[in-house]
Amino acid sequence: MTAPDTRESPNTKQGPDIRPAIGAAGLDDPDRARALLWQMVRIRRFEEKCAELYSAGKIRGFLHLYIGEEAIAAGAIPALRDIDNVLATYREHGHALARGLPPGEIMAEMYGKQEGCSRGHGGSMHLFDAGRRFVGGSAIVGGSLPLAVGFALADKLAGRDSVTACFFGDGAVAEGEFHESLNLATLWQLPVLFLCENNLYAMGTALERHQSQSDLAAKAAAYQLRSEAVDGMDVVAVARATEAALEYVRGGQGPMFLEYRTYRFRAHSMFDPERYRDKEEVAQWKQRCPVETFARDAVACGLLGASVRDEIEREVAEEIDAAVAFAEEGTWEPVENLCHDVYAREVRP
Amino acid sequence: MTTQTIAYREALRQGLREALIRDERVFLMGEDVGRYGGTYAVSHGLLEEFGEARIRDTPLSESTFTGAGIGAALNGMRPIVEIMTVNFSLLALDQIMNNAATLRHMSGGQYNVPVVIRMTTGGGRQLAAQHSHSLEGWYAHIPGLRIVAPATHEDARGMLLAALEDPDPVLIFEHALLLNAEGTVEGEPHPMELDHAAIRREGSQVSLITYGGMLHKTLAAAEQLAAEGIDAEVLDLRTLRPLDDAAIMASVAKTHRVVVIDEGWRSGSLSAEIIARINEQAFFELDGPPVRVCSQEVPVPYAKHLEDAAIPQVEDIVVAVHGLLG
Repeated sequence: MTAPDTRESPNTKQGPDIRPAIGAAGLDDPDRARALLWQMVRIRRFEEKCAELYSAGKIRGFLHLYIGEEAIAAGAIPALRDIDNVLATYREHGHALARGLPPGEIMAEMYGKQEGCSRGHGGSMHLFDAGRRFVGGSAIVGGSLPLAVGFALADKLAGRDSVTACFFGDGAVAEGEFHESLNLATLWQLPVLFLCENNLYAMGTALERHQSQSDLAAKAAAYQLRSEAVDGMDVVAVARATEAALEYVRGGQGPMFLEYRTYRFRAHSMFDPERYRDKEEVAQWKQRCPVETFARDAVACGLLGASVRDEIEREVAEEIDAAVAFAEEGTWEPVENLCHDVYAREVRP
Repeated sequence: MTTQTIAYREALRQGLREALIRDERVFLMGEDVGRYGGTYAVSHGLLEEFGEARIRDTPLSESTFTGAGIGAALNGMRPIVEIMTVNFSLLALDQIMNNAATLRHMSGGQYNVPVVIRMTTGGGRQLAAQHSHSLEGWYAHIPGLRIVAPATHEDARGMLLAALEDPDPVLIFEHALLLNAEGTVEGEPHPMELDHAAIRREGSQVSLITYGGMLHKTLAAAEQLAAEGIDAEVLDLRTLRPLDDAAIMASVAKTHRVVVIDEGWRSGSLSAEIIARINEQAFFELDGPPVRVCSQEVPVPYAKHLEDAAIPQVEDIVVAVHGLLG
């Protein structure tokens, strides 16, 4: 069993210190507090709707829910600027929402409609928005890290001040591309922020069963780049750590690795009986739900009024209803277009 | 216009140099392309001329430097990624297949990937089974990629320039046995279009269809056949994906007999694809069954006599034509 407060295992070597929890009491701006809560509630409710629509057969393929991990996207992504690049995984609905992709376009993508953000070609795992520099949506674990290195290399060569933020999970740390990418980005001093969402399981394989060194921030530090870990269930701590990391990377000192320690409340995908973890472990982590703990603390410390949560829930429900309606009203790409966009310069088959 | 006689490697170098001069978004990266001067001395002198920012030595991380080329292409650059040899490209296959080839369609047309990936291919140098294969036919299976195999010196420098002007990922396969071969080029390096096959020898009795390193063996075979009074046409495919069906069918319609010469293995090969297309599109033009000359279905061995036996030779092509013409 992997409990929230017993991170140590016999093979865990001590790495960089984890940043301390902050919580809602660390904020003094009610608008900021409301925005953070709104984004987390929005992601949570959007995904609950996705699960419902999956059961109804409206969404097909694989569907990986982010529920439990919302503090990361909600806290980290607002720290990025329009000129920065974001690369994410197949569990990326929350990142897409936080980056500003219209919920209707995300939902339409999951419906497979041509109004979807990838014209229905990608589905849940491949949300793209070039205009917002949201570069997917990748379903090859570790496969986006080399791309992130390349994005940052292009920015550096062109003299642009952009940072490339690359999200991936603890499972990616076992891939060769993780090691190659941290090495190369450090050698070339590239502005990449490697953001590891450590939810303790690579699909169903627990961290200590897939990592010889299960302190991932310590492992990353071996590549001689700055490396830190932060409580991924604390949206304020996530935001602060990410802002500090971005400031470091923008300073031209090279890449940085930031580990968010988090937990996935739901199954890996819609086809996961969760035989690899016990219910007690999940229940313990749910006590630390990023949405509920932040909402409760923000009210308790006087940052948010008691009615704010209900207001947010109403706003979010309206937005999601509109997104579903947009997807329902969407149209199917004509099959005649099937082979368009395989090449930018069309060629004979 | 001045005519120069140069080695194929020098033609490649001229192409790279011209590309770097023409477009400041172009840079070259790969293993030992800089200080070493290129494993095969193709990039010799470029580091001194263009500097470390544009001639980038990489660690032995094929997947990541190839993926970085793809990422840089997505973000506005025109990278040239050099992979030392085709067998090593398998370490980068994830990036080539899952990213370069898919991103445009999977994103609904939002991205294109103007990356150029060069690698040596083919056997004949006694380098055994991890340095000698011809896997370009595998890559030609993949929608989203353009696969080119320059067999002439003009194409060696000019197809690179055309590839850099192309908005899609282009893989260039340079046959290692050509590197020292001398040939002629005219004037300054200029782009050589990517869409058409080229007739390298006009003929009327049989079409010999080939590409890359096999072109020269095929031309030698055609000369032997000419001495016997057999008039063979030699078609150089140049681009393996997309195939120039029109040029293939036009040649078949002219000669009514076809031999495909492909250094890849026979099973599931590019030669199989070409013959399938001929059967689909020009079946009634044929006066005899299409014939193939391919590598033997073994990992390429080290010993010279075994390697020679594994890879198509001039004599194999001549024998195949004799068999077809009776």
